[in-house]
Amino acid sequence: MSEPVSALQGKSHQGFVTVAEAGPTGMITIRGDLAGKPLARALKAQGLPVPEARRIEQVAGRSIAWMNPDELLLICAHDAAPDLTATLAQALAGEHALVANVSDARALFTIRGGKADQVVMKLSPADIASLPMGEIRRTRIAQVAGSFWRSGPEEITLISFRSVAGYVMGLLEVSARPGSELF
Amino acid sequence: MLSLTCPCCGITAEETEFAPGGEAHLKRFGPGSSDEAFEGYLFARKNPKGVHFERWRHAYGCGKWFLAARCTATLEVFGTYPAQTTQPPAELIAKIKAKRPEWEGWA
Ligand SMILES: [Zn+2]
Repeated sequence: MSEPVSALQGKSHQGFVTVAEAGPTGMITIRGDLAGKPLARALKAQGLPVPEARRIEQVAGRSIAWMNPDELLLICAHDAAPDLTATLAQALAGEHALVANVSDARALFTIRGGKADQVVMKLSPADIASLPMGEIRRTRIAQVAGSFWRSGPEEITLISFRSVAGYVMGLLEVSARPGSELF
Repeated sequence: MLSLTCPCCGITAEETEFAPGGEAHLKRFGPGSSDEAFEGYLFARKNPKGVHFERWRHAYGCGKWFLAARCTATLEVFGTYPAQTTQPPAELIAKIKAKRPEWEGWA
C-alpha cells in the first residue's frame, strides 16, 4: 500500500497560537433521511448517534457532525475510513442514501492556544464568540467554504476542501501572526 | 447590512454567506405555452421599492435554498420560509400587512 499524503503533510506555524494541518484524517459523507430508522440503526451499530441540527458529537476518537438536513460528516482515523464506508454503505443498501469516503478531498486544520478564537474571527463572518461547544459552524473562511467547531477548551478544528488547503493555511498563518491579536 | 436566518439550518448570518436567487414564486411556462407567457416567465420580473419575495441559497453554510420576504429599500427582513412553498405563508403576509399597511399585497 502507498502512504496516505494529506494536503499539506502536517505543516504548522507558530504564531500567537499554533495553526497546523492535521495530516491524514478519515472523513465520510453520509447523505440520506436523518430522521429515518435505517440510518439510526446503521450508525448505532458503530456506536454513533445521529446528531441534532448543527451538533457535532465526539465518541471514542471519532466525531459525527450534522452538515445539513440530509447530510452528516463522520470523522475517523484515515486508515479506518475505507472499511467504515463499506460497512455503512452495506447497512444502507436499498435505502435512498449515499456513503462516500471523502478523506482525500478535504483538509483538516487545528488552531491551538488561548486566543484561537481570534484567528477565526478575522477570517469568518460567523459569530465565533457565541459558538457553543459541540456545535459545528459551516461558513465562509475569507473566500472559501469552511466548517469549524470547538474541539477542546482552547482549540478550534477547521475543515476545508483539499484544493484550497494552501490558501486556508496562508490565511491561518497570517491571521495568527504575533502582534496581530485583536484583544 | 442584510442578515438572513436560514430556515434549513437555523443559522442567522450576514449577506456574504448567502447567494441571491432572484424573485421567488415564479410559475414556469414551458413547451405548449404562448410566446407571451414564455417571455414573461423568462424576463418579466417585479422590481419593487418595498416588499419583495426572493430566493436565497445558504451557499457557504448548509447549501440549501430557501425563500425570504424583505424590503428592498430598508433591507428589513420580514421572514424566511422553506423553498418547498408555492406562495408566501398567510402568517407572513399578515405580519407584513401589519407593518406596512400601504403595501399592495402579494401576487
Ligand atoms: Zn442554512
